[in-house]
Amino acid sequence: MKTYFQYPFLIGTIFLFAALIYIYIKWYVKLSKYDKVRFKKFWTTNKVWKAIKDSINDGLLHLSIFKKNPVLGYMHMSLAFGWFLLIVIGHLEVVVAKGGLNFPFYYAIFFRYFETVHATTIAKIFAAVMDFLLLFILSGVVLAITKRFYKKLFGMKRTTKLKTFDKMALYSLWSIFPLRLLAESCSAAVYNNGSFLTNTTGAWLGNMINVSAIYEPSWWLYSFALCFFFIALPFSRYMHIPTEIYYIFLRNAGIKTKKTWESYAQIQLYSCSRCGICLDACQLFDAGISDVQSVYFLQFIRNKVDAEKPLFGCLICGRCQVECPVHLNLNDLRTALRIKASKPLTFSYAYTKKPEQQTADTIYFAGCMTHLTPNIKKSMTKIFDYVGENVWFMDDDKSICCGRPLMLAGQYDSASQLISKNTELIIASGAKNIILSCPYCYKVFKEDYLLPDINIKFHANYIKELIKQNKLPEGKLNLTAIYHDPCELGRGSNIYQEPREVIEHYAHRIPLQKNKDKDRALCCGAGLGGVNLPAEAKNTVAYNTMSYFAKFNPDVLITACPLCKKTFVRDRRIETMDISELVVKAIEQPNDSKSKETKEISYAII
Amino acid sequence: MGDLDFLKVKHLHIDYDKLELDLLNKVLEEEPSFQWCISCGCCTASCSAGNHTTFNVRRISLLLRRGEIESLEKELEKCMLCGKCTLVCPRDIQLRNVVMNIKRNILKYKMILL
Repeated sequence: MKTYFQYPFLIGTIFLFAALIYIYIKWYVKLSKYDKVRFKKFWTTNKVWKAIKDSINDGLLHLSIFKKNPVLGYMHMSLAFGWFLLIVIGHLEVVVAKGGLNFPFYYAIFFRYFETVHATTIAKIFAAVMDFLLLFILSGVVLAITKRFYKKLFGMKRTTKLKTFDKMALYSLWSIFPLRLLAESCSAAVYNNGSFLTNTTGAWLGNMINVSAIYEPSWWLYSFALCFFFIALPFSRYMHIPTEIYYIFLRNAGIKTKKTWESYAQIQLYSCSRCGICLDACQLFDAGISDVQSVYFLQFIRNKVDAEKPLFGCLICGRCQVECPVHLNLNDLRTALRIKASKPLTFSYAYTKKPEQQTADTIYFAGCMTHLTPNIKKSMTKIFDYVGENVWFMDDDKSICCGRPLMLAGQYDSASQLISKNTELIIASGAKNIILSCPYCYKVFKEDYLLPDINIKFHANYIKELIKQNKLPEGKLNLTAIYHDPCELGRGSNIYQEPREVIEHYAHRIPLQKNKDKDRALCCGAGLGGVNLPAEAKNTVAYNTMSYFAKFNPDVLITACPLCKKTFVRDRRIETMDISELVVKAIEQPNDSKSKETKEISYAII
Repeated sequence: MGDLDFLKVKHLHIDYDKLELDLLNKVLEEEPSFQWCISCGCCTASCSAGNHTTFNVRRISLLLRRGEIESLEKELEKCMLCGKCTLVCPRDIQLRNVVMNIKRNILKYKMILL
């Protein structure tokens, strides 16, 4: 029996594989020299197993999405994992039925057409399993369709329209499985070779219409749907399916996102599945901004739309990066693009005056933001005095910025000028420790300053050490406090525990809900990444965050970032203080109670 | 006119016929908050660069309004983009963006001249 309906499918498949191989090779060739070595070496290590495990968990089962949004997870899982199983078990079925591998490649896809009789029990079991899988996928398709129209019905804004290829891929994907159901049902109606699903629908169809008339056309349509989907896939958002697997392997090989936009960044761009989980994470949505969210932003870049405004309109708080089920380095991608966009702008800092060079064991670098919140500066000085630390307050008078704000605006070259000026001073002082009270400074000192012999400490960590060495007074204050994780400190530098320990030492800390704590902490809205954000948006974010804290009704809101403090202090609902101010309060408290006691005694004498 | 000799100081004169307001208009269009400036001077008082030199946000505003692009460009090179001015501004002007905007637009302006 000669058939022709498989040809559209074959053409689609061949095109898809050719396109994928071409794109994969192109991406690989464009990787940097060292990344290529890393990737080659990777195949000989145990990390391969980790990559395979990740591919199954994220690429097929979509466990990361499942954990965050079970319905969305089920939708992705049913389509990805269901289809995968359908292909694998479909081939297995043919192998069992044929008793070998002697069959054409497309045979398994259209098996019900070719296999007109099946009498054995094994064949019946296979048919039942295949029907179940088809039902599983169809449930996902129904969810996908409802999701799209439900959003429209309820007036959800979609900022960008789907591209032509996206539409083609989307509609053909939606139609693949209903058409498969139709075709198999027709087969079942004619030959009774289906199972619980296709036999039932087949019988139902048989009662309604003359099945033999639509039998051949339905298989043709199924084949065409597959063909359209495969041809549209490399140009549509479904490119994320093959790209994600590639990305998982590269990521496990230890390749990192670079400061320039290159092949690895391109792969991440195409790995975005547009699941939309980052939308819920972004606080700017509530402030009426709906173009900076990672899913939209990446779409702009993919479609080569001018995206300068959304590029510089993100706070770089990193909340979306934590939530991303594909584990894209969204902040790094934005940084790479910002560097590219602001390359022609130049700064020069030849004018800066050197402060008087001093030598000391420990340096305190306050940074610009701490200078703006002098209470933190004073508190730090008091703590140093209390423990008798010999500290050189490096930027007391002629302060120079640390360079991080410039970097967040994409100005890495200009920032390096400031970095070298500061580095020169620090090395000449012969210091062993440097203490910073601003998370922005801490991050840049830790990552971009070359100070191998010097201990870079954040002030919360330093205070924690002092408490451990019993250099600071004991005694809890009668305060309930909430700790706000600054983005740059928590998600940026991974410091969560030490500030909490310090606060718990001196006050009663109210724990926050898990979905707003630690790496999922809210942003204060003043992040220096948001270069062109309007003031209203920033204020809305700050107000919303404060409203969340106000629900717990604490005495004080404690933060570890001068920028967060400056923002929250404007809101009078909760008193805001820095962690160092809390410590100073604790230092000064026993003295007060002592003086009270002496007063009482003196009264008694009188 | 002998009493009014001070009016003849050349560098203080603004020739309105030659005044280029394109840059100013473009910047105000992209960052409208810059119009609200009341010249209170908080930005200047908090400025990191201003601590080392005469860099001054109000002067930048003046140079921009006078269309003195050359000196504006030179002046803006000094900014460290630390963002303190934005935080202290009582009128919530996004000065960090103003600086970036002026720089970007000067570049575009020069491209047109070339």
